[in-house]
Amino acid sequence: MTRAGIYRSGTPDSETSPGSDGSGRGGGGTTAAMRVIVPLQGVVQGRGGLVLGSVIPCAVFYFLQFYLKRNRRDEPNPNSQNSASSPGSEPNNSDSSSPTQSEHIGLSRSLSRVILSPRNSGGHVSVSGRANSILKGGDSPYYAGQKRVEEDPYDESGNPDGIIELGSAQNKLSLDVSENWISENSEERISIGLSLSGIASYEPSDGLMELKMVVARLMSTATKNAVSFDPSQLVLTSGAASAMEILSFCLADSGNAFLVPTPCSPRFDVDVKWRTGVETIHVPCRSSDGFNISVTALDRSFSQAKKRGVRIRGIIISNPSNPMGSLLSRETLYALLDFAREKNIHIISNEIFAGSIHGDEEEEAEFVSIAEIADTEEFLDKERVHIVYDLSKDLSCPGLRTGAIYSFNENVLAASRKLTTLSPVSSPSQHLLISAISKPEFIETYVRTNRQRLKRTYSEFVNGLKELGIECTRSHGGLFCWADMRGLISSYSEKGEMELWNKFLNIGKINVTPGSCCHCIEPGWFRFCFSNLSEKDVIVVMNRIRKVLFNM
Amino acid sequence: MGLPLMMERSSNNNDNKNNVVELSRVAVSDTHGEDSPYFAGWKAYDENPYDESYNPSGVIQMGLAENQVSFDLLESYLEKKNPEGSMWGSKGAPGFRENALFQDYHGLKSFRQAMASFMEQIRGGKARFDPDRIVLTAGATAANELLTFILADPNDALLVPTPYYPGFDRDLRWRTGVKIVPIHCDSSNNFQITPEALESAYQTAREANIRVRGVLITNPSNPLGATVQKKVLEDLLDFCVRKNIHLVSDEIYSGSVFHASEFTSVAEIVENIDDVSFKERVHIVYSLSKDLGLPGFRVGTIYSYNDNVVRTARRMSSFTLVSSQTQHMLASMLSDEAFTEKYIRINRERLRRRYETIVDGLKKAGIECLKGNAGLFCWMNLGFLLEKKTKEGELELWDVILKELKLNISPGSSCHCTEFGWFRVCFANMSEKTLELALKRIHEFMDKRRSF
Repeated sequence: MTRAGIYRSGTPDSETSPGSDGSGRGGGGTTAAMRVIVPLQGVVQGRGGLVLGSVIPCAVFYFLQFYLKRNRRDEPNPNSQNSASSPGSEPNNSDSSSPTQSEHIGLSRSLSRVILSPRNSGGHVSVSGRANSILKGGDSPYYAGQKRVEEDPYDESGNPDGIIELGSAQNKLSLDVSENWISENSEERISIGLSLSGIASYEPSDGLMELKMVVARLMSTATKNAVSFDPSQLVLTSGAASAMEILSFCLADSGNAFLVPTPCSPRFDVDVKWRTGVETIHVPCRSSDGFNISVTALDRSFSQAKKRGVRIRGIIISNPSNPMGSLLSRETLYALLDFAREKNIHIISNEIFAGSIHGDEEEEAEFVSIAEIADTEEFLDKERVHIVYDLSKDLSCPGLRTGAIYSFNENVLAASRKLTTLSPVSSPSQHLLISAISKPEFIETYVRTNRQRLKRTYSEFVNGLKELGIECTRSHGGLFCWADMRGLISSYSEKGEMELWNKFLNIGKINVTPGSCCHCIEPGWFRFCFSNLSEKDVIVVMNRIRKVLFNM
Repeated sequence: MGLPLMMERSSNNNDNKNNVVELSRVAVSDTHGEDSPYFAGWKAYDENPYDESYNPSGVIQMGLAENQVSFDLLESYLEKKNPEGSMWGSKGAPGFRENALFQDYHGLKSFRQAMASFMEQIRGGKARFDPDRIVLTAGATAANELLTFILADPNDALLVPTPYYPGFDRDLRWRTGVKIVPIHCDSSNNFQITPEALESAYQTAREANIRVRGVLITNPSNPLGATVQKKVLEDLLDFCVRKNIHLVSDEIYSGSVFHASEFTSVAEIVENIDDVSFKERVHIVYSLSKDLGLPGFRVGTIYSYNDNVVRTARRMSSFTLVSSQTQHMLASMLSDEAFTEKYIRINRERLRRRYETIVDGLKKAGIECLKGNAGLFCWMNLGFLLEKKTKEGELELWDVILKELKLNISPGSSCHCTEFGWFRVCFANMSEKTLELALKRIHEFMDKRRSF
């Protein structure tokens, strides 16, 4: 029994509160205990050496615990640790040592540190490793910012000093188009034969064929009909997160990895990795290359992974990219497919912003879906190509939860159909969407109007930043701009970046996404989602940014 | 890198077996269980479905636990209260904007409150539910899987009493990598869980070096159609405290207990316990699919007394969210206590009558059922018809019933029952007339057998 054994109990599974300085209860107990043990050990070590140096403190400890346990039996123990620190162990070992150990040290630990949740203290029963990674992970800026916005949301009239959300990818610009269309047209379907029983019973878990047809049409329109998506190759699920996760489960085993060019969507970490146990290997792109994907870099990452014994199962790209909003060229797509074929791996193309292209053809802003490349007869092994799509982004209706997987691989489709029973689309929502948006006129009107408005707000936003001396990369699609603030951070490091992020949040009262959340290797880049904003809002935002800049 | 080199491809078909890209183990495994008889019967039904007018000799689906007996109540309520606006919740079409944008994984507060109130009503007010402890998922299937992800690591196990719902094999195991170790129950005591069986299951896991993380029960039980006795619940909680593991109670059929007084929820047991270490191992799963007959709506919930579980479940629910439109639609209905009280009462009554009809009808044909008091099915004993009391024997009989009687029922072996000859028969997903026809077919079958 080593000294270390005594202290370890309780720490692994202890619930560290997010944002705390890293030492949860277990940690606190350990340091305090050390204050007693180390001098003691030192004394003993002078004479008895390491063995006595360990044995005597142990003995002292157990004596004290025994004594204290007898005397403190009925005191409620809010400090008790999670007992399942060592897998398979019966509660006995860990339970007996930890609670009284911390009690004995008698730290003047403040109650707020000890009690990890407002309601009650941590319990004795442990949760899984997967759960703990969330509990211990604390809050990344991505979540922390979201939380602040929830607590203090900006409203033009109601809360003009509130925090403006520029972090999450939501598109409110064309909501009225959907709104009007739906209120004028949905009555029909509701009254004709849409009895409750019709929509309430079990339906195919991967979505109604009618809705799939609508989704397929939307996707085709986004490519300006260069691709004709086949509804039977679609699996609908409750959002893009679910679609990505399902693909991750289907294409890779736990311990395998995907290559992910960065900067990338902040969501990939959760969607791809969390419950699947699959890793993401970031392949950094650089501003000097315009953040374009380099197959050489992919190749290098692939070889390095192989040397480490990690099996790469695929590449995950976004097109339009997130956060840059750039469109992948045909050449790049061909190159990626070549690479995938050479290494015999999959490609997942996250095309959730396909309907949000706002660049012009004159600027060579052409959205090319990977489906178009794969569909050509040169590529016989389309089984490696899979697309994630999300109605919510393009149609501004995230609340209705409709994501989709599109694949050319029948086995992937079959597995996905079964997996989506665990995250299906709600039936009334499906019917609603079918009735509301299945008319081609709506889709065309919506897409056209949306494009115009995105383009307008995008230019206003980017020009506003330009006037403040901030440059953005050229973005042709999606809901973001990717701003270069490298000159504005105090130090060229993540720390410097976070300082600026904090200033934006607390002084400027705007929530933006720092490049580190997107795994950008160069500090100082920030992602702004502009599609949340009205024209007036853009001006407010610029004023607030100015405020931050002048306060530096 | 440019365009691909076509010269390497010799044929114009997908026959490039050397370079076929592989899928994961999860994708190719059959843990989804869709090849079992449970699902095979559904296929047979799909191919030849009974219809009163068009296909009176088709297969009657008695393998699907769906509740259609009280639909009319829901329909008339929704029509009366929200003629056009029902699709949008109480605000009507103007509610679209809110519906469309709302994507918070906490779920609508009004809906969670409505769910909490509904769950309290079902338990006759004997337990209180805090809306902030409710996490929404797209169905109970998702809720069970989510809890498994949160409470157990890959290769850990959950103890589940047999017979159990065949879907658990998928929901609890497939993606999670968690195992199910059965707690064997048998007819000697009406399949109730005994402390000995619990201990034995636990030891079985230990001996195989598998770490047990919790016990998962269904109360009322599927497929037994019976509530779990209060004493058994107390024993279970004790066991879980002693072993320091979790207790998950899937109470998806709680609103379908024929006599409210006969149902004890685990919530009642923990209601008066202050000791946090007792409470925080308890988690309840619920859904509107069975009690309200709205499976297509995909509304499930996890209710946990454990803050960490609530927090994690909420985050994880981002993979399986409930449409906000659905939440709006149901929130006002579920918080209308006058309506829900009436609905629950009438639903129970109708289910009880159906149950009695089928059990009496079977009795007249010489078939006994387990004494049940809840759910949408009965647990029928055809052991006496088996030549060999084995799984094969049971499946042979099941096949005969499917092919000759054109009835799709669920064989006990697909529910992992260790006694052979038991079958689950659903009665709530059809009209009374259809039920009578099914009974008639059974009578004829039994008469024929007797005359040999």
